[in-house]
Amino acid sequence: MIIDWRELVRTSLPALALAALLGAIFWLQPRAMSYQGLNLLLNLSIPIVFATLAQMFVLTVGDLDLGIGGFVTFVACVTVTWLAEAPLVGVLILVAAIGLYAAVGALIELRNLPAIVVTLGMSFVWFGLAVIVLPSPGGRTPEWLIAAVRLRPPGIPLAILAAVGIGLVGHLLLMRTSFGVVLRGAGGNPRAITRAGWSMLQIRMTLYALAGLMGVFAGLTLAGITTSADANIALRYTLLSIAGAILGGSQFTGGRVSPIGAVLGALVMTLAASFLAFLRLNPDWQIGVQGAILILVLALRAVLDRLAGER
Amino acid sequence: MAARTLCAALGAALLSTTAMAEIATGDTSGMRIALSNNFAGNSWRQAMLKSWDEVSSQAVAEGIVAEAPAFTTAENQATEQAAQIQNLILQGFDAIVLNAASPTALNGAVREACDAGVVVVSFDGIVTEPCAWRIVIDFAGMGTAQLDYLAEKMPEGGKLLEIRGLAGVFVDDEIHSGIVKGVETHSQFEVVGSVHGDWTQTVAQREVSGILPTLPAIDAVVTQGGDGYGAAQAFRAAGRDIPLIIMGNRHDELTWWQEQRDATGYETMSLSIAPASAQVGFWVAQQILAGREVPQDLLLPTLVIEQDELDYWLEQTEEGGVTNAVYTLDWTDKMIEAVAAGEPVPPTPTAE
Repeated sequence: MIIDWRELVRTSLPALALAALLGAIFWLQPRAMSYQGLNLLLNLSIPIVFATLAQMFVLTVGDLDLGIGGFVTFVACVTVTWLAEAPLVGVLILVAAIGLYAAVGALIELRNLPAIVVTLGMSFVWFGLAVIVLPSPGGRTPEWLIAAVRLRPPGIPLAILAAVGIGLVGHLLLMRTSFGVVLRGAGGNPRAITRAGWSMLQIRMTLYALAGLMGVFAGLTLAGITTSADANIALRYTLLSIAGAILGGSQFTGGRVSPIGAVLGALVMTLAASFLAFLRLNPDWQIGVQGAILILVLALRAVLDRLAGER
Repeated sequence: MAARTLCAALGAALLSTTAMAEIATGDTSGMRIALSNNFAGNSWRQAMLKSWDEVSSQAVAEGIVAEAPAFTTAENQATEQAAQIQNLILQGFDAIVLNAASPTALNGAVREACDAGVVVVSFDGIVTEPCAWRIVIDFAGMGTAQLDYLAEKMPEGGKLLEIRGLAGVFVDDEIHSGIVKGVETHSQFEVVGSVHGDWTQTVAQREVSGILPTLPAIDAVVTQGGDGYGAAQAFRAAGRDIPLIIMGNRHDELTWWQEQRDATGYETMSLSIAPASAQVGFWVAQQILAGREVPQDLLLPTLVIEQDELDYWLEQTEEGGVTNAVYTLDWTDKMIEAVAAGEPVPPTPTAE
């Protein structure tokens, strides 16, 4: 197998950032270095990892999804209401929501609309639907889902297993199949892909549907962890997912993405906040410092990219 | 750590056999209590953090606890606060006092804390997870208290204007239900008009101005706080007699009341929640750690200001802020006992 150096550089940076953060956290808080500690540190990262993958699928085709936070919120609200009380209806709603995501992709392709505007609009739609489904905080996540995210597999915490699994499946799908090559090609050079006989409409719809699917997983796991929901629960995920995906080596221009990098990026975003909390940094500074960490890592990536002879 | 736990366990064991309904004296000097707060962006929350700081620094100085820092999330989001709580568990805090971003979305993290043996006490923004303690503010009581006062003041009854809060918010529903209940009890009163003032003076003024022309003479205005001053301005602008307006402990409201009292002998009352409820959270957590059996659902009275106490309370109120109080361990003890016995909770403490 030929080693893809660019790929390696792209993924090694978030991996190094993650290792550095983990090291710093273990040093500040040795209690974190246990099964239960890692579990507490990382369990909230599972939905963020899914949301970041969703963002990455949309980034693949060069779009940006500003609606993912609203969508995850909506899914969480459906999970604690319909999915709990009438599972069949709940499943139908979630499937329809994924269909709607694909339809949004189709709309963007057919009318040649800027994705950033359409998805921003959709974020309000999802938020509105979430309020309709769950007007006041509450609801109860189905027990099987709570039990699923509370699983304590022997040896390795669930969050780590999930991150590895999600990263590998995403990697195989996008980087190791010819279908994945077409999806990525659609972002890098749409004209060449259309000339080769592929339908951009189908490709965009597929990617948006995949994003919707990941969003559903994010909402389900989030509701499983919190056991209950409210209509503001995941609004922050939009920015977290963009930051995580970009940190992990995806690019706004499309075509260049890395599922493993996105997973690592999501973990870095989760841990950065914990790291700052352990430092007991004044909260007024935390957002700024989180941003500074992000800029630092991105700057490092630009340097590494140059060293690797990219561009 | 093990010795500490043993110490606490011994203290708890001792206490459970001797005095149950008294201040628990189990050793908590090695223990750490954290405040998890979701928002610091208004004067009420700033006053709350200051009150926490006062009680915690004093308790640390007296050796009651080892430390009691406050943590505020950078953004007012439930997912962030859930992560914050999990970080606090990791840092080995013995108790977490919690003002929650959501009554339900933190339940998973609160459960994790309970499972790890951490005492969780929620106040103001409470959580529904059964393993946590809740210091519930008696919002409905805020409504009934207004009607009780009016019934005493005007035994013959009269026509009322009700100013409500932000539509769709739990607090608004609760206070309103209290007022409805109060009107049922004192049936000589009748609510002839109702507007939403959103707890904001300017909104209240606009809304009251809008409804006034359609109303008969009003005898009294029942409110939710943050709206009394605006209502008074609306009555004045319409050239009407200013009725008895219940105030909500805001600095502008109390100042206006004081001016009116000095000028015309105006009489009313004022009530709201004291930001120092965080101190009650602290003492409840400390008492649980010291081994006391505390009911899971506790009640906090509203801070009521009556005519003769106006000058004192206005001094306790920062400009642009809300009236605050100081809750001591003794007061918290009385409150816990009253709740456990099913009696009415003691009134908000005043300085001796």
